[in-house]
Amino acid sequence: MPQMNLVQAVNSALDVMLGRDPSVVVMGEDVGYFGGVFRCTEGLQRKYGEHRVIDTPIAEGGIVAAAIGMGVNGLRPVAEIQFADYVYPAFDQIVSELARLRYRTAGEFSAAVTVRMPCGGGIRGGQTHSQSPEGIFTHVCGIKVVMPSNPYDAKGLLVSSIEDDDPVIFFEPKRIYNGPFDGDWHKPAVPWSTHSKGDVPAGHYTVPLCRAEIVRTGADVTILAYGTMVHVAEAAVRLAGVDAEIIDLRTLVPLDTDTMCSSVCKTGRCVIVHEATRFSGFGAELSATVQEECFWHLLAPIQRVTGWDTPYPHAFEWEYFPGPARIAAAIKTVMEAS
Amino acid sequence: MAAHESRLHIPPSPARPGEPPDFSYLKTSPAGSVPRPEITAPLVTIEPLASEMVRVLDDAGTAIGPWNPHLDPEDLQVGLRHMVLTRRFDDRMLRIQRQGRITFYLKSSGEEAVSVAGAMALRPDDMLFPSYRNQGLYIARGRSLVDLMCQCLSNTRDMCKGRQMPVLYHWGSGNIFSISGNLATQFPQAVGWAMAAALKGEDRLASSWIGEGATAEADFHHALTFAAVYQAPVILNVVNNQWAISTSQKIAGGELSTFAARGPGYGIPGIRVDGNDFLAVYAVMQWAAERARRGNGPTLIEHVTYRASAHSTSDDPSRYRPQEEGRAWPLGDPIARLERHLEVLGAWSADRQDRLEKELDAHIVECWREAATYGTPSEGPSLDPMTLFEDVFKEMPKSLARQRDELKALLGG
Ligand SMILES: Cc1ncc(C[n+]2csc(CCOP(=O)(O)OP(=O)(O)O)c2C)c(N)n1
Repeated sequence: MPQMNLVQAVNSALDVMLGRDPSVVVMGEDVGYFGGVFRCTEGLQRKYGEHRVIDTPIAEGGIVAAAIGMGVNGLRPVAEIQFADYVYPAFDQIVSELARLRYRTAGEFSAAVTVRMPCGGGIRGGQTHSQSPEGIFTHVCGIKVVMPSNPYDAKGLLVSSIEDDDPVIFFEPKRIYNGPFDGDWHKPAVPWSTHSKGDVPAGHYTVPLCRAEIVRTGADVTILAYGTMVHVAEAAVRLAGVDAEIIDLRTLVPLDTDTMCSSVCKTGRCVIVHEATRFSGFGAELSATVQEECFWHLLAPIQRVTGWDTPYPHAFEWEYFPGPARIAAAIKTVMEAS
Repeated sequence: MAAHESRLHIPPSPARPGEPPDFSYLKTSPAGSVPRPEITAPLVTIEPLASEMVRVLDDAGTAIGPWNPHLDPEDLQVGLRHMVLTRRFDDRMLRIQRQGRITFYLKSSGEEAVSVAGAMALRPDDMLFPSYRNQGLYIARGRSLVDLMCQCLSNTRDMCKGRQMPVLYHWGSGNIFSISGNLATQFPQAVGWAMAAALKGEDRLASSWIGEGATAEADFHHALTFAAVYQAPVILNVVNNQWAISTSQKIAGGELSTFAARGPGYGIPGIRVDGNDFLAVYAVMQWAAERARRGNGPTLIEHVTYRASAHSTSDDPSRYRPQEEGRAWPLGDPIARLERHLEVLGAWSADRQDRLEKELDAHIVECWREAATYGTPSEGPSLDPMTLFEDVFKEMPKSLARQRDELKALLGG
């Protein structure tokens, strides 16, 4: 089976879908001739032409709005926002239009648009190249929200997203584009070829949008994570030396509450981690859901480990980043509470 | 739905690697040929300036025509000095980035006249809202290089306290607004600042700069609409350096019209100027400033220039444009052209140029030495990590103070 990093997996998903479905178009800033600033669309314009892999003006609002119009006219656009930090000019088009079109027309109009964007920190990019705004979008009814943690899932989830008739926001954690970064930034980078999820089938396959994956089974504590933080959680578990169950949510909306809650009911303890800031973050939703579904099984208060409630800094990236030490401390806290 | 059946217009591709450079699309006007209207002239008389190109320096380096600002040689020498310092500073910082001592850098090479002549044509208390490629504004206004370097280092003297990537400076007392990493946001903000100046009855104006690529953002439209409606004392500058990372100015909407021509549609005069001609940039900025000060409202200026270097340290332009394209650029280099003009005036020589470069290089080295004493990634003092939590709000909320204490405990303090 071919080995791919996460960039190549995204590229392969787009390639497969452009090849299979003539209604798929790829669009965004620098995605055409150049192949994208992270090279996710490399070679696609050469293969499918300037009419299907389209360089757009620098206007995120325009990109999403045009994608909606194309979607209404029967295309399946995959729009790239160069960094998640630059999605805000498109906010109105996503929140007021893309998300609600089906609802407000009682199903007569809809747009099967996928909006891809690299997210997350750890690349010394400061506040405009590091944000994790998923919680802003999970709060909007009518859009699905996906964030893969590895190349295999990235391709399968992206294919599912493009094939889905509802709009999907597809977050790509850029820190793991090239390898499964576990939060220990002192260590040399590890490539995806060393990881089983770096084996990616060349052809078409899907990973369903609504199913979490248990990436490590364990008895004592459940860790809920997604994106880069799945790998950071694995490092934290090694550090804490605890028999933890790690769940990679993969799709945030719709959320696989069954997988996550049956795990917490089993272990009785829950630690939630995300890179995004804490207050009103997606962790708050996870924590509330766990409390509602698992209250009588809980042995300790649920812990959240997140980015601090500040903008993403340039200096002190690693003091900011919720690394393995902070997660291990939270694991310890829930273990000691009971 | 194969490509050959498609009727969708895709702007013609610019010259790509392996192809000969092609600037046949670029329309210029002979130096001295474009009339200079009165600042009170009605919009229709100014309108042709949006498609012509104001140029003062001819090929021989002589200043001609109605736009000649008749600057003293001493002022021109000051302008040259600022431009050379900007370029040498950029070159030095790029090397420092390559050595891994700063995380990122972005040069303004080839575009120095836009910022330096612009700043010199305005008053020190006029408010500037730059993009990330206007370092010449800082240099022309006299900000110390040490301060700029400390920002790039995120060290103990960093004006941003480590919160921003390199080059995203600000300077309150120098009247230069914070540079955002999000494109185009500064453009309508400058208009608001100018509206406030008019509202308060101040004799100050605002000037903002934006790349031609970023004019596609809705903020550009907001800026022009508000500027026109309230006749704000603002100068709106589009820096058309032909490239927005890998896409040509055609993808930004430059194929069938100029960027200056956006102005008249909103009721704002639009002037297209040779951005590599120091005298022309100065003259047009001066004209626009006078209009704003006399209550005649905003001006949109398109500076036609060329991004001679990479977009930033994150990209390699040989992947998307011919390597020899810079040499084929028809409007030359702003520094070489001003040098030539000063030589024609008998106020410059190769020897003086050489001495200037050496002096400025020594100054830059000196500044770097000092900046490094305030901390580099590997040595010297560093900022207190607890500053991370400051300035989110004026007063730190309790919840944030708790997070700060948590980090402090974690770091063993
Ligand atoms: C809102 C937003 N979208 C996208 C980007 C990413 N980006 C940074 S610079 C750039 C190109 C800008 O080109 P242009 O405006 O022509 O200015 P230049 O860099 O050529 O000076 C892009 C797309 C951004 N910083 N902000």
